[in-house]
Amino acid sequence: MLGTVLAVGAASRAFARSGHSGKMTSTGQVDNARNGFDPHDMLTDWDTGIVSRRSDGRRVRNFEISAIDREIEIAPKLKFSAWTYNGRVPGPTLRVTEGDIVRIQFSNQGSHAHNIHFHGIHSPRMDGLPGVGEVLPGDTFIYEFEAQPYGCHLYHCHSTPLRRHIHKGLYGAFIVDPDPERHSEAINVARSRLLGTEENARWQELLMVMNGFDVNFDEKNEVYAVNSIAHAFAKRPIKIDRQRPVRIYLINITEFDPINSFHLHANFFHYYDHGTTLEPTSKTIDTVMQCQGQRGILEFSFADHEPGMYMFHAHQTEFAEQGWTGFFEVT
Amino acid sequence: MGANKIWLYGLIPILALTFFLGAFILIDPVSRLGFSSPPVENLTVERMRVTEHGFTAKIRAEGSEPMILAQVMVDGAYWVFTQDPPGPIARMHSAWVKIDFPWVADEVHHLRFITALGTTFDHTVDVALKSPSPSWTLIVDYALLGIFVGLVPVAFGMLFFPAIKSLRPGGLEFILALTVGLLGFLFIDMSLEGLELSAQASALFGGSILVLMPMVLTFVALLAIGNRSGTQRNGRQLATLIAFGIGLHNFGEGLAIGASIATNEVALGAFLVVGFTLHNTTEGIGVISPLVKERVTLPLFTGLALLAGLPAVPGIMAGALIFSPHWAAVFFGVGAGAILQVIVAIDHFGQSSVRVGHSKSRFTGASVAGYCAGVAIMYATALMLTV
Repeated sequence: MLGTVLAVGAASRAFARSGHSGKMTSTGQVDNARNGFDPHDMLTDWDTGIVSRRSDGRRVRNFEISAIDREIEIAPKLKFSAWTYNGRVPGPTLRVTEGDIVRIQFSNQGSHAHNIHFHGIHSPRMDGLPGVGEVLPGDTFIYEFEAQPYGCHLYHCHSTPLRRHIHKGLYGAFIVDPDPERHSEAINVARSRLLGTEENARWQELLMVMNGFDVNFDEKNEVYAVNSIAHAFAKRPIKIDRQRPVRIYLINITEFDPINSFHLHANFFHYYDHGTTLEPTSKTIDTVMQCQGQRGILEFSFADHEPGMYMFHAHQTEFAEQGWTGFFEVT
Repeated sequence: MGANKIWLYGLIPILALTFFLGAFILIDPVSRLGFSSPPVENLTVERMRVTEHGFTAKIRAEGSEPMILAQVMVDGAYWVFTQDPPGPIARMHSAWVKIDFPWVADEVHHLRFITALGTTFDHTVDVALKSPSPSWTLIVDYALLGIFVGLVPVAFGMLFFPAIKSLRPGGLEFILALTVGLLGFLFIDMSLEGLELSAQASALFGGSILVLMPMVLTFVALLAIGNRSGTQRNGRQLATLIAFGIGLHNFGEGLAIGASIATNEVALGAFLVVGFTLHNTTEGIGVISPLVKERVTLPLFTGLALLAGLPAVPGIMAGALIFSPHWAAVFFGVGAGAILQVIVAIDHFGQSSVRVGHSKSRFTGASVAGYCAGVAIMYATALMLTV
């Protein structure tokens, strides 16, 4: 009798043969069409605005941004009530050149007071603090400042309660390309960073905004992602041409977690913290850490690599397992 | 003519109510009160099977609106799952959720179910070991286990019959009181177990009502049946009644053992069997206590032993293979009600056939010693049970 009991116990131990691959991901597909935005498109949809000239001859980049409440799908079937800039999370990727006058007409079509706080050098009147440039629902405000310094920056809402306003989706990328004429000592590097030049066209540039979502209000994120959709680049890898170097504008706006990170498989990169230098601030690393609001530029190449799938993900494994994982499909 | 009038008068309010409800739903006059707020969602994991491939869970939805299961996490990672039947789960409906997952033997695993609205429900698998699945060897194993923990101890208890038969009347009073004591212990034990189970079950089923209503109904029904066959009950009838009540209890014990086997929370082994043997032997004494003045035959003894002890076998099988907390709760309620009625029957028997003297006190020295001994022995032997 005891023997039978022991035999039952042994059989129940003989297991663990399945499920070690392919199944650790979210179930199903997100409907990007219904969301109104696609994380893949966001990799490269730089918004350079409408160019005009000011009376003093300065070039002005004009943008229209509206705060809109919108329910989005962040993982298959999982809905999130978001506050968005222009109906997408993250908001439009503003890309201008160093020295441009940036002019943003911000209209609040949401249900709470909002504003826009830019990471850059500007007047306190244009800083987007509560009380200054705070826009009530239905109102409009015009932000105007010079794009300085060059680099990879971001903007986000600064209304209170601050955590909720950021976490619900009011953030976006703000990229200021260096003006080659101001950087004669490294003019080629500067030209390669300026959108529209021949040198820049050689690069495969990607925008990645690392974000997270707390769906059950326990002040912890249940979903982590790049460009809002969990596992988006794991289910649909990013196609990379080996012959062209890769530049990633990486921004961390994850709420509730002190840091996030980016780890690249099988390859190393140079990193430009904040993107405000033309020389890398860290050379030959494969994992970089960013706290909320930190951002930078990664540069690497697969020229010496075989074609294949190269994974990239947060090296907080918890984040990777909850949606922040992707693949480069290198051909 | 009078009957027709009743139908007519009954029909009018029913029609009026139907009309009113229909109009209310269509017109929705209280919509401005904000009944459109997000639905309340709730989910109960009724069963959790650990299989060769991963986990299979039966979940029941309790929300005010159909619930959509969006994602499932195991230990903080999203894992692909299948749901059968797929689609939104309506209130009170259930679905099986299957997750392929390489669980680690003997370790704790945390599951989290996330609905489309973002509500999360957690469930912990305390000890990951493969759940039993039906096979002939398993059935035979469970049958053997049931016989060892149910039938054998009761039979041993009944072997005390010659000893009890030689007792003086005071001794018989003691034994009867011992039986009442042990049954009282069983009554409370089953009620509490039942309440625990009803708490585990989906809240839709009403919580403790799930145990209390069957208990009361069983008690009343058995009393009524008993009264119909006359108030005087002879020893054999009472012994049968006691065996029946103890049989129900042993079925419940089997359910508990089986469920613990299924969730791997029982340390199966010789110690457990010894514990049950001592615990249930006392029950065997209880069965035969009313028989001292009767003529007994071997078929009667055998029948009583089987009635009291064998139900542990189907109990273990049901508990391991088809356990669901709400049915188990109902069953425990029924068992408790039956035991309560048996206590009443024994008391009656004691008053009519055993206690002597014109006072016929229920609280003589022997009786009180008996009640206490019954409870104490059951409690002490229960301490040995790790289930």
